[in-house]
Amino acid sequence: MIFANMLNITSSPALSILIWIILLLLALYFARRPFHRAVMSFSKIIYNAMRFTAASVLSAEKRLAKRNREVIMAAGLENAERIVEREFDRIGAAVTRNLEGYPNVHRQLSEMITKLDEDFTSSADVPPSLPNWMPIIESIAKIKHTGDSMVANMLAEINRSLTEQHKKAIEDYRNSTASRHSILSKMMPFWRKIEKSLDRIAGSITSIKKRSKTVDRYMDEYEKIRSGSDKAARALSTSAMTQFAIAALVLLIAIGGAIINFNLIALPMSEMVGGASYIGPFKTSDVAGLVIILVELTMGLFLMESLRITRLFPIIGAMDDKMRHRMIMITFTLLAILAGVESALAFMRDRIAHDMEALRQTLSGAEQAGLTTSIIPTVGQMVMGFILPFALAFVAIPLEMFVSSSRTVLGGLMAWLLRMFAFLLRLLGHMGFYAGRIIVNVYDLAIFPTIWLEGIILGSKGKKMDIPEPELSEDSPLVEEAVDGFKETLKIKEPQE
Amino acid sequence: MKKIFAIAIVFCILVLGCTDTKSRSTGVFMLLDTSGTYAVELKKAQKILNYLLGVLAPGDTLAVARIDTGSFSEKDIVSKITFDERPSVANNQKRAFMNQVDTFVKSVKGSPYTDISGGILQAIEYLNEAESGKKYILIFSDLKEELAKGYKRDLPFQLPDYNVIALNVTKLRGDNIDPKEYITRVKDWRSKVEKGGGEWGMINDLERLDNIFTN
Repeated sequence: MIFANMLNITSSPALSILIWIILLLLALYFARRPFHRAVMSFSKIIYNAMRFTAASVLSAEKRLAKRNREVIMAAGLENAERIVEREFDRIGAAVTRNLEGYPNVHRQLSEMITKLDEDFTSSADVPPSLPNWMPIIESIAKIKHTGDSMVANMLAEINRSLTEQHKKAIEDYRNSTASRHSILSKMMPFWRKIEKSLDRIAGSITSIKKRSKTVDRYMDEYEKIRSGSDKAARALSTSAMTQFAIAALVLLIAIGGAIINFNLIALPMSEMVGGASYIGPFKTSDVAGLVIILVELTMGLFLMESLRITRLFPIIGAMDDKMRHRMIMITFTLLAILAGVESALAFMRDRIAHDMEALRQTLSGAEQAGLTTSIIPTVGQMVMGFILPFALAFVAIPLEMFVSSSRTVLGGLMAWLLRMFAFLLRLLGHMGFYAGRIIVNVYDLAIFPTIWLEGIILGSKGKKMDIPEPELSEDSPLVEEAVDGFKETLKIKEPQE
Repeated sequence: MKKIFAIAIVFCILVLGCTDTKSRSTGVFMLLDTSGTYAVELKKAQKILNYLLGVLAPGDTLAVARIDTGSFSEKDIVSKITFDERPSVANNQKRAFMNQVDTFVKSVKGSPYTDISGGILQAIEYLNEAESGKKYILIFSDLKEELAKGYKRDLPFQLPDYNVIALNVTKLRGDNIDPKEYITRVKDWRSKVEKGGGEWGMINDLERLDNIFTN
């Protein structure tokens, strides 16, 4: 009705429409500057709000990244300290082991050397010499006889005595040499023993040298981490990611093992706690089975902690050795008992399953000849029931890895999300600003006849037209403010910090 | 020490308080039509019962009653049991139950009348006492009710939380001549059950017994 009245301001509806359009254009033309200001102010508000929020988010991301770096470095330092400490422990054990026996080795060596010295002295004895009168006899024996038989006999006798003495002397000499050789040959085992002892000492020293080189290498890494270099941070971050992935994979495998374990004991637990009662929405027998598995896991965790393989509970690691050994014994005993219980439950499960299968066959009217009577599945289930709790105990190792590396990985992920959020905010800010400009341009496009007329009128007067809305041009302050960069954002961000 | 003891007691109370032994159990009451025309079908009913014995878990309730001239009577209950919570004991109970039903099927004699409503009333009474979480009344019958003179069954059923399932609803000779009779008969029973707040179902193909517990 109103629209019809509007068309009736003149006799011609077309003329009426034209008049209304002209009036509307004039109204829009006069409202142009306030409208431009309003739109640009609004877009500027959006832009600035987004920019400041993005700056805050970036600041938070920076703080988080810094914190992440600190955490990575602390974890790396702790790990390096742990490795170095372990190496020192090994060196200490090796030194203790070797030096513990050193006084004994030293005593043995001294005794052997003394013995060798004595033997050597004994072997150095001069061979027995011929009697002193032998040269005189020898001279007499060389006298030429004149044919007197008595003299000849005497000389022959002297010659014979001399020859005998000579033979005896040679025999004595040989005996003496043989006894010296015998002494020297008895020295050989002592030499060999000394050589072995020295070799053993040399081996120990070489081992210690090798370990000291390993310690040097770890100490270098430790120093790098301590210096807080980017390279070390990158290496630790990559290492954390790898550890996270490996630990997650192993945990998944462990969860699979736990599920199999659960299925082994859930059915027989219903024989113990009843199969029709519920705790909340869960069967009591299922909850009981789950509790047993969780208790086994807990015992495994405590065992690993007591053995100082993991460090999830510092209080256990800090216990004195006597208490720790007690704890090892208790947790291992409990684990063994639980494994025995599980094995028994697995046996019971097999019996129940067998009974159920027999009942099903009876109900279906089938012969029961198909039921297997082999003990292999029963034994297999019992063995599995016994082994799985011990296998699950080792979950503590990947769990510790997962927990320690997840802090780094989640920290990195959060930092990335914050960066993405800041980018989105900045993008929205820019989009808001340029949306304002588009609205302004569309507005001008809608009233272009009036702007065109304005140009003609001002041009015909020969006046130089001032640009009415400097804020619309490309080099206007608004635009300059809007098209800022990352550096400006950081400048804004600095005082906030 | 006292604190630990108090916490332990609170924990025990919470655990015991959460323990629910009845609300999730299933109760099944099966009515067997033993009227003259239908008694020959009881072998099929035995198969259904065997299926039920295989499906029902420890803690569930199962009862079988005959439909005869006056079925609103405990005497018509052939066998009833709430299975023990221990699976091994429940299996033995199922075997005993199966034997009882077998004896009944072998010795059953046809009745001249068919009091289905009385049987349903008996089933409601029994399952309400059993306090089963899910209640099923299975009617193994052609649904043709024939009451003896003087028997009144015009009271409405109270069947909230009940599933009433008709099994093996055979077509009678008259149904073949005029199918409207069969359709009307089934419709009337559905109406009675739904008016009482129960869910109605019908399974004629005994190969699809697993549909009994799907609702």
